Order: sequence, then C-alpha cells, then structure tokens
Amino acid sequence: MGTETLRSETPQSADDAAQLLRDCAGEGIGVRIVGGATKPWGRHGADYGVRLNTRGLDAIVEHNRGDFTAVVEAGVSLRELDEVLADAGQRLALDPPLGAGDRATVGGVVAAGDSGPLRHHYGAARDLVLGVTVALSDGSLARAGGRVIKNVAGYDLGKLFSGSFGTLGLITQLAVRLHPRQPAHETAVGATDDPARLQAAAIALCGSSLAADALDVRWRAGEGAVLARFAGVAAGEQAAAARPLLGEAGVEARTVDDDDGLWEAQRGAQRSDGGVVLRVSGRPTQLADACVAAEAAGATLAGRAALGLWWISVPATTHGELVEVVARLRELLAPSACVVLDAPGPVRAYVDPWAVPDDAALKLMRRVKARFDPTATCNPGIFVGGI
Amino acid sequence: MCVPCAFRERSLPVPARLVTETAQTLTTDPPPLTAQLLARLRDVCGREHVLTDRMQLRTYESDGLLQYRATPGAVVLPGSAAEVRDVVRACADAGVPWVARGAGSGLSGGALPVREGVLIAVTRMRRVLDVDLPNGRVVVEPGVTNTEVSLAVAPTHFYPPDPSSQIVCSIGGNVAENSGGAHCFKYGFTTNYVTGLEIVLADGEVVTLGGKLVDPPGYDLLGAFVGSEGTLGICTAITLRVVPVPEAIKTMVAFFDTTTQAGEAVSEIVSGGVVPGAIEMMDTLTIQAAEQAAHAGFPTDAGAALIVELDGSSHECEARFDDVVAVCERNGATSIRIARDDAERAAIWRTRKAAFAAMGRIASHYYVQDGVIPRTKLPEVLVKISALADEYGMRVGNVFHAGDGNLHPLVCYDDEDDAERAEELSGRILDVCVEAGGSITGEHGVGVDKKRHMTRMFSEPDLAAFQHLRCAFDPRGLANPGKVMPTPRLCGEVPGPYRRHPLERDGIAERF
Repeated sequence: MGTETLRSETPQSADDAAQLLRDCAGEGIGVRIVGGATKPWGRHGADYGVRLNTRGLDAIVEHNRGDFTAVVEAGVSLRELDEVLADAGQRLALDPPLGAGDRATVGGVVAAGDSGPLRHHYGAARDLVLGVTVALSDGSLARAGGRVIKNVAGYDLGKLFSGSFGTLGLITQLAVRLHPRQPAHETAVGATDDPARLQAAAIALCGSSLAADALDVRWRAGEGAVLARFAGVAAGEQAAAARPLLGEAGVEARTVDDDDGLWEAQRGAQRSDGGVVLRVSGRPTQLADACVAAEAAGATLAGRAALGLWWISVPATTHGELVEVVARLRELLAPSACVVLDAPGPVRAYVDPWAVPDDAALKLMRRVKARFDPTATCNPGIFVGGI
Repeated sequence: MCVPCAFRERSLPVPARLVTETAQTLTTDPPPLTAQLLARLRDVCGREHVLTDRMQLRTYESDGLLQYRATPGAVVLPGSAAEVRDVVRACADAGVPWVARGAGSGLSGGALPVREGVLIAVTRMRRVLDVDLPNGRVVVEPGVTNTEVSLAVAPTHFYPPDPSSQIVCSIGGNVAENSGGAHCFKYGFTTNYVTGLEIVLADGEVVTLGGKLVDPPGYDLLGAFVGSEGTLGICTAITLRVVPVPEAIKTMVAFFDTTTQAGEAVSEIVSGGVVPGAIEMMDTLTIQAAEQAAHAGFPTDAGAALIVELDGSSHECEARFDDVVAVCERNGATSIRIARDDAERAAIWRTRKAAFAAMGRIASHYYVQDGVIPRTKLPEVLVKISALADEYGMRVGNVFHAGDGNLHPLVCYDDEDDAERAEELSGRILDVCVEAGGSITGEHGVGVDKKRHMTRMFSEPDLAAFQHLRCAFDPRGLANPGKVMPTPRLCGEVPGPYRRHPLERDGIAERF
C-alpha cells in the first residue's frame, strides 16, 4: 500500500474534513481518502501523510419517503442505509459487492463508480446521484445539483465526482434518488456451453421489449449462462415470456423463483481474494470473444449483458503469471478498456491498473484535476495517468 | 411517441419584454469582426455558409426565448466536424467569443448570441453516422433532430428523452441543455443516454469522450459536458444509447375537482411502487385553454386533469393500470377516460402538449417558468402560487411533470406594461420552489434567463467550484460567455501550490 501512512484522521463533520484538506494542502501533505477500506484499487505508491477516514461522516441526514430521495453523509455504509430504507419499502438501487464485513460506504461506492446487477435497469451511481457536497483542498465546501430528481441548474459536479476516486476532492454528502423495493422476483436462465449461442441469447434479450430489473451473463469453466431477473407483479409472466426467446437462440432455458443465490454469485464474481479482477468495457457483440479469452486465461467472466460491462476474474496463482495473464487479456480484448480492480500488491506494482484514455482526453482530465485540486492533495497518484 | 408542440409553443411570437443582452458586462460596444476573421471563416465553411448581412443575422438574434436578443457579428453554418474545429480555431486565434446553436428552440436564452461574436449553427450537420442496434447505440451529428434519432432506430427501438419541441429541437441542443420531456420520470434525461461525444474545446482542440462503451477510464467528462449549456465546448458527434420499444402502452386521463386531489393521487400511485412512463397534471386554466385548441373533450369545469401513461410488459401494464384507476377513484376522480387506441392516446397528448401555445387564447402574453419541487410539496406550493397570483392580480396556469415535481407555471398578462411585474411574479414563484427544497430549472436550463436566480440555489463556494470546471475546459471564456453563472468571472492561471505562510502557521494572520 505505498508508503507508510503517517497519521490517521477521522473528521466528525464536513467542515472539519474541509479544514483538514486545507491544512494538508498548506503543508504539502498528500491525503489518502478511505471509506470502508474495501476497495484498494487504482495506482499505489504515492506519498501520503494523512489517511482521512470518512466514518465520522455517518449521518443519514434526510429520508424523504414520499419523494423517494435521501440525503446521506459519505461514510454511511450501504448496508446500513439499505436496512433503513427497507423499512419504507424503498432502496438505493446500487448493489455492488459490499466488501469485507459489508463495510462499503455510499461515498466510497460512488467515488469508485462501483455497481452491481441492478445497474442494468437503474443506471450507475452517477445516474442515482441528485446532488453532491464536496470538500476541496482549498478548504471550501461546495454543493452541486440538488435534492430533487429533476434539475439542470449549474454544472453536474455529481457526475464529475462519481468515479473520480477522490482525486478532485472529498465527497462529504450525497443526495440520491430511491426506488421502490420490488415484492417478487423471478429469473429466466439460459444455459449453454457455446459462447456464440450465449451471445446470441443475450442480445435477443437485450433487444426484446421485456423489462428486466437485471440482465447478466456469466462464463465459468466451459459453461455459460444468461440471467434475466424480472421483478414486480408480473415477474413470473415475464420470466416465462423470456424462455421462448432463449430457446430460439439455442440455449437451454428454465426459470428460477428462489433466485437470490444466483444474483449473489454474480455480485461475488466481481471480487477476488488473491487473484486479479479486470473490469472490461466491451460491446454486447464481443461477448463470445470475451468468454473465449477468459476461458483461455483460466478465468471466469460475469457482468451486465446489455451494458457490455464484464468482470473477468483470474484465480490466484504466482504473481508473475498474473501479470502475464493481465497483459494477454488486454491484448485479446483490445481496444476494450480493461481496468484492474482487485490484484495482489506486487502485481499492481507491475501493471498499470488503468486503461489509458487518449491523449487529448487525458490532457483535459489533468486540467480538471489542476483546477479542483491544484496542490494534488487528494488521493494523489492513484487515478488514470497518475493523476 | 409524443405529439410535438414546442413548435406551437414558439408560434406565439409575443415577447414579454425585450431586453438587449450584452452577455458580458461591456461598457463599450464590442468591435466588429475583422475582415481577416471573416475571410478565414469563409475559407473554412464556404462563402454561402457565412452570414453577415444584418437582415440575415437578425433571424438568429434570439432563440426560443424571445425576451432577449443580440445580433452576432456573423453566423457560420459548418457542414462537418472538421469545419467546426476550424471555425473554433479561427475564433480562438482572433480572441472572439462564440455561441453554439442547434435549432434555436431553447427556452432560457442559452443560444442567445454574443453581440458581434460568432454564432455557430449546426443545422447543416444532420447525418446519422451509425446505427448499431445489437449494441443499442446510434451515432449522430448534432443537428439531427430528437425525433429523427427515434426514427433512425424504429420500429424496434426508440430514444426516450422527448422534449415537447422534439420535431424541431436538435440533439446537439439536447446535449447542451440535458433535455428531459414528459417521459423522463421513468426513463431519465439526455445525460442518462449519452455514451460518447466528440467535442471541440474553445482552443480548437478535438477531444473524444467515451464512445459506444460504458465506463471509459478517467473522469466522467461526459457527465460534466452534458447540460453545460454550451459553455464547455461544442459537440460534433454524439453517441446515444437507444432502448427497445415497450411491449405495451396504456394511457388514461382522470379529472378531479382540485389539484390537491390530483396531487394526492400522484403521490399514492408513485409511493405504491408504480413508475409510470409519464404522469402529467394540468389545472383548470390550462385545461380550458388547451381544450379550446385541441378539442379532445376535456371537461372545462374540472379543477385538474391527470394524465397517466404506463408502459412496459403487457402483463405489468394491465396489472398496474387497474391499480392506478383505483387510486384515482379513491382520491375523488370525477371521471376517468382510458385511451382505447392510438388515436385516443394521441388526442390526450395533443391536449397536454397544446397547453403552452393555447395560453395565447387566455391571455395575450405569458411568462413560462420551469421550477422543480419535491413532489410531496405540491399541494402547499400550489397554494402559495395561487396566493402570489392573487397578490399580483394575475392569472397563473399550471402544467406539471407531476412525477418529478417539475412545474411550468404560466404567468398570464394582457397589458405589455405588466411585463415587468409578470417577470417579478415568476421570480417569486421560483423562490417558493427553492424554499420548498427544489430547483430554479428542471429542463429549460439557466441560460441568460435564470442566471440571476442562481444565487438563490448556490452559494459562493458552489459557484467557485462550477468555475473550476469552466476554466479547465475554456480558460479564456470564449465558449458561450455570459450564460449560467450569475456574474462574469475570469479564470486565473492555475494557482501554484498553496503554502501556508509562517504568519498563518503561528496564528498571527489569517488568509481570506
């Protein structure tokens, strides 16, 4: 994890956090921002003097039931928020794996741009964020967006900060859109050992008028499946309607009503303990190639069928081999962006976890960083191009 | 999907009040464009695509918001991305500000020219570059209209954001404004559908952001650019996500004695877990006006009309539709009409979308607002709007995107001398929206029209953070200056690392 952390700070308010950033900026100290500490992703190795823990920012500030919105501080754990919202029959439709001890925080998940199967229907973290309050390294606290689900006043800094890995500043508070919890679920599963058929079946469902809550694919040890989860009052009918579509694509179709385990496995496949996970931004029409590449690398694949977003998980082996496999997968899947998420430290030291944006885009990103965090105080070095 | 109407909304060319906007706080008249720059623009786009005749220029002096006008020094009509780049470079070299314009149907003055600046109209860039349905993508030039995108992917797919100006408004303009529409409560806004952009920055640099793939590495500059109202650059190619058309659509309109009852029905429908494709409300005044125009048989004595449209799987639609009807009855609906076919559905939408233009039958002038409130605050906000209307002695019609709390109060007046008071009243309505926890604009944008209201929503540090973004993209402030931000700001050099002064460290002095 880079150099030794000198000092750990847990500010108890957004103002304190902003003041801390300003002090560190003044002293030229790099700050590593940490939520639940469940996602040690990005580049490591930069020099940090302070570890800023967001767990002191742990208030659920508002839950506006009738409006389906909530305002939460960054350090609130997603699990805790979910429990509170469940009482009202609502949820934040953001279901990434929650990491060790289910400690993933709302701020951390948004800052890392992490997501799970619900992204198919409900969008990414950026799509659920209505407003954001951020602490910048000049000590200011700035707010953008609002608390209503429709709003175009001012620049959408909520999106800019989503997935920015804390490199522009610290997200202290988020206003988010909520959705009703669905009473019933049923999943249509299409299984095959042929990657081409798997792709055809996935594309058939992507192009159908059936409205799935989640639409996933997986490939593991020569066996693949497409999974379409339907929710709500007509879940059973919709799942049944998906079966003939799957059958026409030449895969073996069945429906599963006790489907929580299926989806827990899909989420779980996005993480690895000891191995390497690559997040691949591809196209639905490259799925078969991605499955073949994963198979050849001794890896598994899970992800979102319609988004073309796949997590390829390479099981633990020697660090040297992992480095080689990452390089090989990147070559096979080019030009799709392959971002290394989980990886043992020594592997991370040898591969750039980020896919590199084109020069003009990277230059613009550096300009954005320079304006928001001119002192390079916030999470220096961990982002693309060493930002 | 929807009957277009902003065309008609715009067909009432009665400006509430003419304001000659200088866009920047200029104390002297800006100099005319140099012959050298004009020659370069003609070289790039061709002589016939550079307009400098005063009469021609006046066509472009306003966008859909006619209260503001400014005459540009030239209007250029580039035909390709390369031409746009070269036009922007020419402006950058000459230090001349420019404004991008799509169809000019915006309602906040976002495409208002800079006086003696260059206006870049993308209306000639109308090619659909790629249709890739297996991957759910379409790539278009910015001058393609919103409706043309859906047509390009029909009949299996459609493009959900549907501003009511959709047959005329351009996708480039939609990107600039992050346009919504009647269906965005369920489907989201433009920003939820843009996966790639090719943009030209104000220094003439071409940058590709994203593409067909999601989650490109790095900052979400797409998210920052969409809705930035033309202040961060101009886009020359746009990659959009398109989705399969729903299996079934069911539309109904329920009539109530009061907007409060209709508002309660909305709350109950939504909190019951139904996410309607669209849910729209009109009050008495707008029902009366719209019925005169659309003749769909809406009862003109009703206090409120609530249009609810469900779409999705036929099973889901059927099951949920019965719930919605029951909710409306429970909340006192006096009558409910269910569209039996496409023609009846079109009639309902025609009435709703005629509302703006039809206000011309009620009053000779009106001022339209675009406030947003948390949906549950609807009853109390309506009471406050009504009290304000009484206080000013003016009639205010209300149409709402009820699902997402986006209000379009229409402040009516007949005497042109009342223009200023109408504007003041509509400003106070925005105050009510902000006090209720809402926003000054849901879909029309800030532009020039609402920039003075920005300080009601945002404090100085918020605005400073906005300016960081602006300066990263356009440090010289050449792209659409004078919009969005309440007061003109300059970008300094990127500050060097802040170092604490020894006096500060010792607590002797403080930095402000």
